[in-house]
Amino acid sequence: MSGHSLHSPLANSSLLPPTAPPWRIRRSPAAWMRKNLFSTPFSGVLTICFTALAAWLLYQLLSFAVFDAVWTGGQEECRANPDGACWPFIVEKFDYLRYGAYPVAERWRVDLTLIIGAVLIVWLLWKRAPQRNVAALLFFIAYPVVAFVLLRGVASLNLPVIDTVLWGGLLITLLMSVVGIVFSLPIGVLLALGRRSELPLVRAVCVIFIEVVRGVPFITVLFMANFMMPLFVPDYLTPDRLLRPLIAIALFSSAYMAEVVRAGLQAIPKGQYEAAKALGLSYFTIMRLIILPQALTIVIPGIVSTFIGLFKDTTLVAIVGIADFLRAVETARVDPNWAGPTISSTGYLFAGLVYWIFCFGMSRYSQAMEREFARGHKS
Amino acid sequence: MSEVLLAPRSLWSLSLHDAKVRGVLYQVLLAGSLLALVVSIAIQTASNMRARGIPLSFGFWNETAGFDINQTLIPYDTLSTYGQAFWVGVVNTLYVSLLGIVLATLLGFVVGIARLSPNWIVAKVAASYVEVIRNVPLLLQLLFWYNAVLKPLPTPRASIELPGGIYLNNRGLIIPEIQLHEGAGSVGLAFLAGTMLCFAYRFHARRVQDRTGKQLPVLRVSLAALIGLPLIVFFLVGSPVSFVTPELRGFNFRGGHQLYPEFAALLIGLSAYTASFIAEIVRSGIQAVPKGQTEAAHALGLAPGKTLRLVTVPQALRIIIPPLTSQYLNLTKNSSLAVFIGYPDLVQIFAGTVLNQTGAAVQVMAITLSVYLAISLVTSMVMNAFNRRFAIVER
Repeated sequence: MSGHSLHSPLANSSLLPPTAPPWRIRRSPAAWMRKNLFSTPFSGVLTICFTALAAWLLYQLLSFAVFDAVWTGGQEECRANPDGACWPFIVEKFDYLRYGAYPVAERWRVDLTLIIGAVLIVWLLWKRAPQRNVAALLFFIAYPVVAFVLLRGVASLNLPVIDTVLWGGLLITLLMSVVGIVFSLPIGVLLALGRRSELPLVRAVCVIFIEVVRGVPFITVLFMANFMMPLFVPDYLTPDRLLRPLIAIALFSSAYMAEVVRAGLQAIPKGQYEAAKALGLSYFTIMRLIILPQALTIVIPGIVSTFIGLFKDTTLVAIVGIADFLRAVETARVDPNWAGPTISSTGYLFAGLVYWIFCFGMSRYSQAMEREFARGHKS
Repeated sequence: MSEVLLAPRSLWSLSLHDAKVRGVLYQVLLAGSLLALVVSIAIQTASNMRARGIPLSFGFWNETAGFDINQTLIPYDTLSTYGQAFWVGVVNTLYVSLLGIVLATLLGFVVGIARLSPNWIVAKVAASYVEVIRNVPLLLQLLFWYNAVLKPLPTPRASIELPGGIYLNNRGLIIPEIQLHEGAGSVGLAFLAGTMLCFAYRFHARRVQDRTGKQLPVLRVSLAALIGLPLIVFFLVGSPVSFVTPELRGFNFRGGHQLYPEFAALLIGLSAYTASFIAEIVRSGIQAVPKGQTEAAHALGLAPGKTLRLVTVPQALRIIIPPLTSQYLNLTKNSSLAVFIGYPDLVQIFAGTVLNQTGAAVQVMAITLSVYLAISLVTSMVMNAFNRRFAIVER
């Protein structure tokens, strides 16, 4: 029977010719566009509108920053060109934007401080680097001392003292951020531990500090530091004008850091505390060896996003007369020698780019860490 | 028979090895040092203030301020007191914050939903918006809007004329003033009646649905009551609203309503900046609703619109509301950046001008901080109440 059916004229023994897969799973560019750009008429309209918008914005940006921009020349060329950016302006002001009025002969000290800081940060953040705890120790304890000696100077070490009035530009912005980071993390950890403490008074003090600081704008904290700190102490103890906003930024960001760390502490299972207690460890040993290492690792993304906020907030110190990077851009922008029509836009574009690179870099790092944890927990 | 012999515990055998004793000791130490710190600061501050001739009382509150404020929502002139200047600042802060919250929420939800669009280019444009705006300091954005966009606009005499009698120049946006005539009140009453009708109809519709399962067209009836009713009354009483178009007289405009560039820059900057954060919150909130919920709703035969309204959005809102609240508070606090571009908000007027004129740093700062703390507290309370309504009811 079976032999018959095989040779039956109705059976077609040749293979069917291959047909193209349905467009939804095809890999060609046309199929991709049909799926992702023109799946419905409405989607098609949106695609056209948004492509036009994106193209227009990109064209505007590129023509301002590249095609119509002044690349060589000086003030006259910039004044004559109302359409494009004036890059010679940035080139001339570049040193001022980086160091402010820091004496030219001593600027190597700023560079050295920044290089040491950069090396330590890379060492600290690079996952496969050896001895990262040594890096942490150096960054959080040794580096502030070294930076102080280098930047401010110690006469006995043959480093002339530079008055903080002269400091400015990117130096101030980075200094503010690093001081904020170095001090806010430990203070934030202490506040978070205090908020979860079993001692009612400790808890109350920490809760009040955290909630009050988080409830008010940073500007008012800066005002307080600037106007009220000199009233709080005898005249001979009045903090330096640069030190006051530094204290403000450290205290302000430590309150935010405390809430991030608290989230991490809450995420640690209770069994970890109980097991550590059962082993007879004391409170501080439990925290140092068992709880904090786990809690801080979980909240690294939150810590980084607090740092990003801190970095952006450093721009506000201009209100108390500190010449940070943005303030330096503002000062350079109104220089009458460079009164071109696009000087302001050029300055803001450059400043925006600098801030964006720092913030975007940090957020990318935190996203990478997040993905890493997600992988670790799934395995 | 074994008996464990314990040392008799007397009340007086306090030891540092007892955790409770240590706890009490730590707290006493903390309280003592805090008290010492506060008292020494208070004494030092009082003596410093006296030495510098700074007033120690709140007496300045009723003194004449003597400075003018160009944008006020409540009556104020140079003869008003510092207390009145304070209230102008509070109202201006609340005004720009409330408008900013509304705009940022609208823009944030649109961008957040656009980021989840299946359309590739829409999603990418929304993502670029978020990544660019979020990673640039708000102050830089405010300065950009104010100094690079709004200030270089032409002078009033060379104003850009927009359709509808609207003029744009470096003194701001001048729009026609709305004038109400007799009978305008009845339109307002009609709107109020429409609102009440809406609630009544919704209540009725819910009862009908509970009883019979039948659904009444709530949305259409509500729209008719809210828009149709006032519109009918509007024409019945003979259009009691007219517009006064601004006119150029000399160097400036007369008539019309002026939107100052300081205010506009602050509003645009705050809304755009906060919207980028809200967009991320909305995106993650919607993504956190399990796909099974949508699929189950579809399997039950709910239409896509209803699925979104009755299944996805309520669950997403539950996740969205707490972080959204903190964004609203951030926006309110960030409105203090007004001081950099000269919009007269609480910090600019009170912690700026009044503090400089009176020198009463401690009192002025204490009042300013209390206002922001009160705003934080009230907003958190309102949003917590809202959140409780949406929260999961667990057994």
